[in-house]
Amino acid sequence: MTKHMKDLGGATRRDVLVGSAVAGTGLVVGYSVLPHVTGGAREALAAGNFEPSLFLTMEPSGIATVHITKTEMGQHVGTALAQAVAEELEIDWNDVRIDYPDSHEKWGLMITGGSWSVNWTFDRNSRIGAAARMALVEAGANMLGVPANECAAANSTVTHTATGQSATYSEIISAGPIDRTFSEDEMKAIELKKFGEYKLVGTSVPALDIPAKIDGTARYGIDVFVPNMAYGRIVTWPTRWGAMPKSVDDSAASGIDGYISTQIIEDPTGVQRGYAIVLAETIWAAEKAADAVSVDWDLGPNASVSTADILGYAKKATADGEGFAWVIDGDTDAGMSGAATVVEAEYETSIGYHGMMEPMNCVAMEQDGVWHLFTACQWSTRCTAMTAEALGVEPANVVHHQQYAGTGFGRRLEPDAMIPAALAAKAAGRPVKLVYTREQDVMFDFHQSLTYQTVKGGINVAGELDTMVHTVCSAWATKRQAPGFLAESVDKKGKIDPFSTNGSDHWYNIPNQYVRSIENVVGQSATPPGQLRAVAPTWTMWAVESFLDEAAHAVGRDPLEFRTSLLKAVGKNAGTPPNTVGGSERLRNALLVAAGRAGYGVKPLPANTAQGIASVTSQERGSPTWTACVAEVHVDPESGEPTVRKLTIAMDVGTAVNPDGVIAQLQGSAIYGTSRVLYENITMKDGSIEQSNFDTWTPMRINQAPEIDINIIQNGHYPAGTGEPVVTVVGPAIANAIHAAVGARVRSWPITAEKVKAAMTEA
Amino acid sequence: MAVLNINGVSHVVDAPGDTKLLWVIREHLRLTGTKFGCGIGLCGACTVHLNGEAVRSCQLQLSDAEGAAITTIEGLDPKGQHPVQKAWLELQIPQCGYCQSGQMMNAAAFLESNSSPSDAEILDAMQGNICRCSTYARIKQGVRRAAQMMQEA
Repeated sequence: MTKHMKDLGGATRRDVLVGSAVAGTGLVVGYSVLPHVTGGAREALAAGNFEPSLFLTMEPSGIATVHITKTEMGQHVGTALAQAVAEELEIDWNDVRIDYPDSHEKWGLMITGGSWSVNWTFDRNSRIGAAARMALVEAGANMLGVPANECAAANSTVTHTATGQSATYSEIISAGPIDRTFSEDEMKAIELKKFGEYKLVGTSVPALDIPAKIDGTARYGIDVFVPNMAYGRIVTWPTRWGAMPKSVDDSAASGIDGYISTQIIEDPTGVQRGYAIVLAETIWAAEKAADAVSVDWDLGPNASVSTADILGYAKKATADGEGFAWVIDGDTDAGMSGAATVVEAEYETSIGYHGMMEPMNCVAMEQDGVWHLFTACQWSTRCTAMTAEALGVEPANVVHHQQYAGTGFGRRLEPDAMIPAALAAKAAGRPVKLVYTREQDVMFDFHQSLTYQTVKGGINVAGELDTMVHTVCSAWATKRQAPGFLAESVDKKGKIDPFSTNGSDHWYNIPNQYVRSIENVVGQSATPPGQLRAVAPTWTMWAVESFLDEAAHAVGRDPLEFRTSLLKAVGKNAGTPPNTVGGSERLRNALLVAAGRAGYGVKPLPANTAQGIASVTSQERGSPTWTACVAEVHVDPESGEPTVRKLTIAMDVGTAVNPDGVIAQLQGSAIYGTSRVLYENITMKDGSIEQSNFDTWTPMRINQAPEIDINIIQNGHYPAGTGEPVVTVVGPAIANAIHAAVGARVRSWPITAEKVKAAMTEA
Repeated sequence: MAVLNINGVSHVVDAPGDTKLLWVIREHLRLTGTKFGCGIGLCGACTVHLNGEAVRSCQLQLSDAEGAAITTIEGLDPKGQHPVQKAWLELQIPQCGYCQSGQMMNAAAFLESNSSPSDAEILDAMQGNICRCSTYARIKQGVRRAAQMMQEA
C-alpha cells in the first residue's frame, strides 16, 4: 500500500536538470515538465518547460532555497528535508532557506501525514543535493581550469585538492551558465554518503520555522487578510452530518451593524448537504448575526443516532461475520481446537477529536477566473479538486496557498472549510474569510471513528501463543477520502480500508493468524470518519498489545518475556531493506532498551503502583517504526483514579536526521496519546456531538503531564517516521500498568477512575 | 470610536464597544500574533497583558480595555529578545507554535510576579494554557530558564 501511494507522488521517471538560463540568474534544480527533453537544462529553460522551482533554487549570492511541498504543522519538516539536501550539496547550512510553494500539479501528490515525509523523501532529497553538487563541482573545475575529478566540495566552496585553488558556489553560479542533465539511471547511480559520514544529517540544527513562532510574525491560515473581504460564519448544523437548511429568518440580525446577509447554499460534493452562511463586514458582526438568525432545518438521516447505536451496529456486524479478511496465515481453526488455553476479549476505543489549537479556516478569493484558497492544508491535491467540484470549475483553476498550520494531526486533509468559504465568496461576489468556532471545530470534526474489536487467542501446551483471530470494526475514512485506496481483501471477497486495519498485521510470530476488517456503516454516515494522528494503529495496537498482556498473564508468563519470545526475525518477519531490514528483532531490541531504562521488574515502586509494557510497529507493516514503552502508573485504591507517573520510550528510528526534532516529536506524541486514552471522549446523541469546547472535551494540561524519558536508537538504517508511533504505544502500556498495579483490566477508552474502580471490584 | 494603547502605540478603532478585545487586536488591527483558540477563556491562546497582568483577550470587550496599557507578543520586547522569548528559542520549544504567543505572554507576566518559582508554581501558573503539540516538558524548562536569565540580567 505504501508503495502504491508512493508511485502517486509522481515525478519519479523524469530527468533531473541542473541549470541556469544565462550567467548571473541563479541555479535551478528540478525535473523537466515534459518527458524526453533532449536539449538539456538551458534549452528546457528557454522553452519554458523547465520547472525552476521544483526542488531547489540557488541565487548568485550562494543562498539556496529548498522548496517544501509538505505542510509545516509543528514537525519542523522543512528543516529535516533541507538537511538531507544540504548534506549532499555540501553547502554551508547558514546559506540554506526553505519556502512552501502554492499547489500545482507539477508537484505530484501533495499530502502530509502518516509520518511519511522524511521516510519517503530522504533518498530523493539526498540525490537532488548530490546532483546539484556534482554540477557545481564540474562548473567550478572548469572555471579553475582543473579536472573535476581532482576537486571536492565543502562549505559552499569547490576546491582543487592538489593546489588549494577554490571557487565559492556564489562565484560559480554568478559566472554561469550551468547546463547539466542527469538521467534517471545517473541519478540512481549517484553514490550517497553513508551513516557515519554525515556532517549535517544527524545534527540538531535549530528548526528554521521557530524564530517566526517566537515573535508573533508566523502567519497561519487564520492570519490571512485580502482586500475587500467579508467574514463568513456557518450557522451551526443541528446534526453532525445530513442536515440541510430549508429557510432562514434573519430579522433578528438585520439591526446588527455590519450584517450583510445569510446565504443558503447547497454543497454538491456531499461534504455537507448544505450551509446557512452568515456574511458580515466584521467577524464580530458575523458572530452575533449567526447567533441571531433562525434557520428551519431538514435534520437529515442521522437525527436519531447515538453512540450506543454505532457500537451496537459494530457488535452485530462482527457477530454476523460481516467484513473481509486482511490476514490469513496458517490454520486458525486447527490452532484453536488444539489450544490448551483460550483467551478472548473485546476492546473499544471512543470517538476522537483532533483538537487542533487553530480551528479550521479559509480565505477564498476569485481573481481573473482563478480561485485562491489561503489556509493550511495537508492534502492540497484532494482539497483543491473538491473545492473545484463545489464551484463547478476546473481543478487547475483552484490554487491553494500554503500557510503555517496550528497543528494538523490529519484534520487538515479535509476541504470542509475551503468549500463553504469558496461557495460563500461566489455568492457574495467578494472574498470571504471563514473561521470555525471552537464549538464547530469540535462538533464538525472528521472524527476518529469509534472502534470495536474482538481478539481470541489459542495458547498451546508449551504456553506459546500460536493462534490469533482478530476482528476490527470501524468507520472507514479512506472510503470517504479516496475510495481508490481501498484494498482488495486477502480472501478476494471485497474491498477493505487498509488505513483502518493497519497494525493488526503485526510483527509477532504467530503461525495461525486471521484478521477480519468490518465497516461500521452507521458510524460512516453519522460520524464521517477522518484520519487522526497515527491512524489505525491507534486502535489496532490498543487491542493487540492489551491482548498480549492478557494472554501472558493467562499462562503465568512475564509480558516482556512473552513478547520477546514472539519476536524472532524469521519467515515473514525477517524484514527487507530499506524500511524493515533487521525485521522484528529491532522491535525486540526497542523493548529491551525501554525495559532496561525503566528498571522493568527491578525498580522499587510504592503500593498500588506498577509498570506496564507495550511495543508497536506503527504506522504500516511495510514502514514500521520499532517502538516500545514502559508506563509507570499509580492507581488510587479508593477512587480508581490512575496517575501516569512516568513513560519510558525507546524507538529505533534507523537514522535521526535531526535528533532534537525527533525528541520533540516523541515528547509531544507521548502526551498526545496519554491524553487521548485518559481524558478525551466524544459522544453522540440525536445525531449531534455532545461535547463542544474545552469545558466538555478536556485534553491534558501541563500540570497533568507525566515525566517522559526518551531513548532514540540509531543503527544507520533508513530514517523511519517519528511523529506518530508513540501515540499508539502509550495507551496499552498504561492499561497494562493499571492491571499490574491493582488487577483491573480496562478495555475501553477513556480509561476513567470509574472504569478502573469497577474493574478492580471484578478482579 | 475608541482609542486603544497597544504596545505603546495609540490605535483609533471604529468598532462597537462590545466587540471582543481579541477580534479588535487580531482582525481590526491585524496584530495576529495573538491567537483565537476557544472563545471561552479556557485555552490561553489569546493571552495578552493588560496593565502588566496576563488576561484572556477573548473574555474582554473593547470598552474594557480603553485607557489601559495593552501588550501583545509583538510588543513584549522591541527586538523579540525578552528572556522568555530567548529561552523559548534556545530550548526550541514551539512545534506548530500556535499557542506559544499565549504561553510566552502568560509566562512573562507570571515571572514578573514570581521571579524564582518552584516547579509546582510553574505548573500551576501555566495550566490554563493548552498546547496540543504537547510541548509541556519544554515549557516547564523554558519558564525555569527564563527565570534564570532574568535573575542574571
